[in-house]
Amino acid sequence: MSVLRKGRAGIYAALLHIALMLLFSPVHSALMPDEDIAVLKEGSYGDKSDLVISLPERPGAVSLLPVLQVMLDGDLYLSADEKLLSVTDAPADQYLIIDIDAGTESVVAEKGALKRVRINNSVRRILRRTIAQLQLRSDDVGVRLAAVKQIIDKVDTDSVAIIREYFPAEQDADVRDAMALVLAVGDLRSGDPALAEAAIETLSTSLEPVALNTLQDFSEDTDSTLLARQAEKAIEAIQGRVRVYENLETLYFGLSSGSVLVLAGIGLAITFGVMGVINMAHGELIMLGAYTTYVIQQLMPELIGISIIIAIPAAFLVSGLAGIIMERLVIRHLYGNPLETLLATFGISLILQQTVRTIFSPLNKSVITPDWMSGLLEVNSVLALTWNRLYIIVFCLIVFLALVFVMKKTPLGLQVRAVSQNRNMARAMGVRSQWVDALTFGLGSGIAGVAGVALSLITNVGPNLGQAYIIDSFMVVVFGGVGNLLGTLFAGMSLGVMNKVLEPSVGAVLAKILILVFIILFIQKRPQGLFPQRGRAAEG
Amino acid sequence: MTRMSLLADDVAGKRFLAILAILCVVVPVANLLVPSDSALHLSTYTVTLLGKYLCYALLAIAADLVWGYLGILSLGHGAFFSLGGYAMGMYLMRQIGDRGVYGNPDLPDFMVFLNWSELPWFWSGFDQFWFAMLMVVLVPGVLAYIFGFLAFRSRVTGVYLSIMTQALTYALMLAFFRNEMGFGGNNGLTDFKDLLGFSLQSDATRVGLFMASALALALGYVLCRYIVQSRLGLVAVAVRDAESRTRFIGYRVEHAKLWIFTFSAVLAGIAGALYVPQVGIINPNEFSPLNSIELIVWVAVGGRATLIGAVVGAVAVNYGKTVLTAALPEVWLFVLGALFVIVTVYFPQGLVGLKSMMMRARA
Amino acid sequence: MNMTDSLREVVRRERVFDFLVPRQGPRQGPRLDLSHNTILYLEDLTVSFDGFRAIDNLNLYIEAGELRCIIGPNGAGKSTMMDIITGKTQPDSGSAWFGQSIDLLSLSEAEIAEAGIGRKFQKPTVFEMLTVFQNLELAMAQDKRVWPLLRARLSAEQRDGIEQTLETIGLSDLASEPASRLSHGQKQWLEIGMLLMQQPKLLLVDEPVAGMTHQEMDRTAELLTSLAGERSVVVVEHDMDFVRSIARTVTVLHQGAVLAEGSMEQVQNDARVKEVYLGE
Repeated sequence: MSVLRKGRAGIYAALLHIALMLLFSPVHSALMPDEDIAVLKEGSYGDKSDLVISLPERPGAVSLLPVLQVMLDGDLYLSADEKLLSVTDAPADQYLIIDIDAGTESVVAEKGALKRVRINNSVRRILRRTIAQLQLRSDDVGVRLAAVKQIIDKVDTDSVAIIREYFPAEQDADVRDAMALVLAVGDLRSGDPALAEAAIETLSTSLEPVALNTLQDFSEDTDSTLLARQAEKAIEAIQGRVRVYENLETLYFGLSSGSVLVLAGIGLAITFGVMGVINMAHGELIMLGAYTTYVIQQLMPELIGISIIIAIPAAFLVSGLAGIIMERLVIRHLYGNPLETLLATFGISLILQQTVRTIFSPLNKSVITPDWMSGLLEVNSVLALTWNRLYIIVFCLIVFLALVFVMKKTPLGLQVRAVSQNRNMARAMGVRSQWVDALTFGLGSGIAGVAGVALSLITNVGPNLGQAYIIDSFMVVVFGGVGNLLGTLFAGMSLGVMNKVLEPSVGAVLAKILILVFIILFIQKRPQGLFPQRGRAAEG
Repeated sequence: MTRMSLLADDVAGKRFLAILAILCVVVPVANLLVPSDSALHLSTYTVTLLGKYLCYALLAIAADLVWGYLGILSLGHGAFFSLGGYAMGMYLMRQIGDRGVYGNPDLPDFMVFLNWSELPWFWSGFDQFWFAMLMVVLVPGVLAYIFGFLAFRSRVTGVYLSIMTQALTYALMLAFFRNEMGFGGNNGLTDFKDLLGFSLQSDATRVGLFMASALALALGYVLCRYIVQSRLGLVAVAVRDAESRTRFIGYRVEHAKLWIFTFSAVLAGIAGALYVPQVGIINPNEFSPLNSIELIVWVAVGGRATLIGAVVGAVAVNYGKTVLTAALPEVWLFVLGALFVIVTVYFPQGLVGLKSMMMRARA
Repeated sequence: MNMTDSLREVVRRERVFDFLVPRQGPRQGPRLDLSHNTILYLEDLTVSFDGFRAIDNLNLYIEAGELRCIIGPNGAGKSTMMDIITGKTQPDSGSAWFGQSIDLLSLSEAEIAEAGIGRKFQKPTVFEMLTVFQNLELAMAQDKRVWPLLRARLSAEQRDGIEQTLETIGLSDLASEPASRLSHGQKQWLEIGMLLMQQPKLLLVDEPVAGMTHQEMDRTAELLTSLAGERSVVVVEHDMDFVRSIARTVTVLHQGAVLAEGSMEQVQNDARVKEVYLGE
C-alpha cells in the first residue's frame, strides 16, 4: 500500500504507457508477455530471479517499475485471466485490488481466487537491484537521485557495481555527487591502496553515516599508517561538521520551544508588564485557546487544513472575551493590589479548569496537525527541520511584530502606555482608562488564546495545559524585564535554547529545574530583568 | 503599653488556647476511654482528621506571620511544609527496618526496587529521631534563609517575590518527582510502621500525635503572638505598609524580613513533620504550587494579620473540603475558586474581620 | 581583579573575613567627623535617567549647624539630590560625604539613617496602620537590630522622650489613634516628630509646610529654626513666604546644578535666578 501511495504518480505515468501499448498487443497483460506471466505464476524462485535480472535488457523496461515495486512488497497477485494485480489490505478486513494494467480499483472481501506471486530473499535482492537499475535510467532527475540515496543507506558490492555502470553516463551534478560517494565507499572497502586516497578525499566531504562508518572501518583495517592518518583526519572533519549541524539543530529546537514560551509569555507581558496585573489564570486562557482549536476541528472535520487558520481569530476572540469578562467582574476591583489580584485570578483559573473538565471530560483531547504543517525540510542527512516547528517560530514572530505594532503605532497602544505610566494624568487628558484597561486585558488574554492554538499542535489539549505553562510564562516575563516586549522575546528564546542545550546532558526535568534556579538567582542579581526600565517611574 | 503581658489584650487568643487545652483532654478521653459503641465515642479517623486540621492551622499561622504582618505573599510555604514532612518521612522509613516488602534491613523498599546497593549519604543519620527532628527544623529553615538572603538583599518584593517562591516550589516538586533524587520518586515515602517505637496504627499513638499537634499549634501561636507584639512586630507592619520609609528611619529591612521569614518556614516544616505520621504518606504532590496557594486562601478566609484568623480559616476551609470532596468531588474546585475571588474582592478582612464588623455595627 | 587574584585574596592566611570581624553596635560605626565644620559635601554629582540629566555636576556644601533652604523650579533635581544623600539613588559619578569620614555612596539607606541623616518626605509617609505613639517609637534612636528589637521594652526614659515629642508636635491627644486617622497637616507634623525622634545630625526636610495652615506654618518655622545650630537642617520648599521667614542661606537649583547661592536678598536680585525661576 505504502509503495503504491508513494509511487502513485509513477503508476499513472505507467498506466498511460500501458494504455498506448494495449492498442497494439493482444496479450493478457500489456506489461509482460505471456511466458513471463507464466514464470511469475508457476516458475521457481530461480526462474523468477532470472526473469528479473533479464528485465533491464528489454526496451521500455522502465514501465515495469510499478510491477516490480509491488512485487518487492509482496503484494503482486495474478487474476484468473492472468492480469497483474496489486492486492493490499483495506479497512474492515477487505482488500483493495488495483489492476496494474488498467488502473482500475476495486474492494473485495475475498482474495482466494487470486494467485500470489511468491518471492524469497534472493529474488528480493535481485528485485531491489533491478529497481535501482531501472530508476537510474529514468528521465526524471528526482527518481535517479532518490534511487542513489536509497543505495547510500545500504551500500553493498551489488549496488556499487550498478552505480559504476551508470556513473559515466550521468549528467546531473547532484546525482553524480551522490554516485561518487557510493563509488568511494566501494573503492575504500575494496582495500585497494591506489584508490584509497581519492576515496578518502571524497568521503571526507560527506555527512552520510555510511561515509563515517566506512572511514572508521578503513582506518582500523588498513596497514598503511599514512592512509590511516588521512582517514582519521577525514573522520575528524566529518565529525566536526556533524557537530556544527547538531548544534544548529539544537538551536532550532531551542528557538522553536522558545517561540512557544514567547507566545505563552507575551500576553502576560502585556497584562503583567503594562498593566501591573498578575493574572494567574493566564495559563487557563491559553487552555481556552487550545480547546477552541479542538472544537473548531470537531465542527469541520473535512477541513482540517483550514481549521487551524480559522482557529487563530476564534481563539483570540474566545480568550479575549473571557479576559474582558474577568477584568470587568473581578480584576478592576483590585487595581493597585497586585497580591490580591494574584489570589483572585488564581481562583478564576481553578474555576475555568473545572469548567473545562466538566464540559470536555478530564481526558486529554488531541488536535490533528494538518498535512501542510507536517513533514520535514531535509537540509542534509544530519539536519532535518520539521515544518511544524518552523511554522511556530514564524507564527511567534508574526504575533510579536503585530503586538509591537499595536502597542507602538495605534491609538490603543498610545492610550495603554499613557494609562500605564500615569493613570490620573491620562484620565485628565480624556483617555477613558476603564475602557483602555478592559481592552488591554482583552488583548493580552486574546494573545494567550492564540498561543493556545500553537500549543494545541505540539501537545495534548487537557484541563491542566495552562498550569504547565503559567510558571514558565512568568519566568519569561520576569527574566526579560517587566513591561518590555522585546525583553520577553529575547528571554523566551534564550530560555528555550538554554533548555534544549541542557536537556541532552542532564535530562528534561533537571534542565527545567536548573533553569528555574538560574532565573531565581538571576532575579536576585538583576531584579529588573534583562531589559530594565530605568528612571523615576521604575523606582515606584 | 500593650506589650506588657503577652496575651493580656488577646481575648480571642486566650479563648483559642483554652479550646486547645480542652480538646487535649476531651479527645483522648472520648477516643480511648469511652467505649466505641457509645454515642460520645470519637473515632480514630476523626482524631486523625482533627490532628490534620491542627497541622494545617499551624501552617496557616506561619503563612499569616509573613503575609499578614510582613506583607510577603509566600507561595513557598507548601514547600517548607513538605520538606519538614519529608524529613519526618525519612525517619519513619528508616524505622521500618526489615519489615518492608523486600525485607531489606538497610534499604527502604523503593531503593531496593531501583536496585540501589547502599543508602545515599543524605539518608544517613535519619535513623536517629533527634537527627530527623533537627532536620525538620534545619532543612526548611536553611532553605528559607538562603532564599530570603538572596531575595531580600536584592530587594525582590511584592509579586516578584511571590512568583519566585512559586518557582522555587515548582522546581522542588519537579526534583522530588525524580527517582534519582532518592526520595521515592512520585510514590514518595509511605508504609510507615512506627514512631519512636509506638505503632502508627494504634489509637493511642494517633491520640498522642493529635496532642503533639495541638501543643505545637499552641506554642506556634504564642511565639508568633510574641513576635507580632514585640517592637520587631511593629517593624514588620512598618515594612509591610511602607518598606522604603522603614529603611529611611534606619532599619535594616532585609534582616527583619529574613529572620521572620526563616522562622515562619521552620514553623511550616514542623507542621509538615507532624502531618506526615498522621496521614501516613508524603509524596511530591505536596509540593504542588496549588497547595501553597490554597493555604494562602485559608488565611484570607479567616482574616489576615490576626493569627487567630489563620487558624479559623484553615479549619473552616479544610472542614468544607472534607465534607465536599466526599459528597460532591467535582464541585470542590469551583467552591475553592469562588472562595479565592469572593474573599479577595468582597471580604478582604475575612471571617474575623466580618465578626468585628458585625460587632461594631451592633455597638 | 582577576580570578587568581581574588582566589589568593580569599585564601590569604592573615585574612580576616568580614563576617568574622565582631559586629559593631549601630552607634559605633564611623563617627561623624566635623573637624572642618562642614557636615555635607556633594561634589561633581551627576545622575541621569534615560539620557535625562536630573543632576548635572552638582556641588553643594552644608556647614555644621546651618539652616539651608533649597529652592528651584520643578525638575531642578531637588528630590533627586535628597535621594542620593539618603542612599535611594546611586549617582553615575561624583562623591557624597557626610562629615570628613563617612562616604555616603557606599552605605545603604538604613546605614545612612543610622549614621545620622534623617529625611522627611515630600508626600508624608507615616505608618498608617500603627498608632501615632508607635510611629514615634519606631523612629526613636535605638538599637535597630533584629534580636534587640524582639526583646525591646519601652523604658521610662524612652516613654518620656516620646511624650515630649508628642507635645512638641501637638499630637498628645491622638497618641493612640492610628496614623491613618490624621489629617494631612497632622501627618506632616508626625513625620517631623519622627525625624526628631531619630535625633539626626542632618535633617533633610522636603516641603514641610505643604497643606498646613498659616499658624501651623509659623510653628514649623519656629521649630526648624530652633533645631538649627545643634543640628544642620536642609529645607526644600516651594512656599516663598516660608522660605523668607526661615532662610539664612538659600541655594537655587536649576537643571540639576547650583544656579545661585547666598542670602534671600542676594538670590532674589540675581539676574539669572529672576530669569529661570521667578519668571521675570
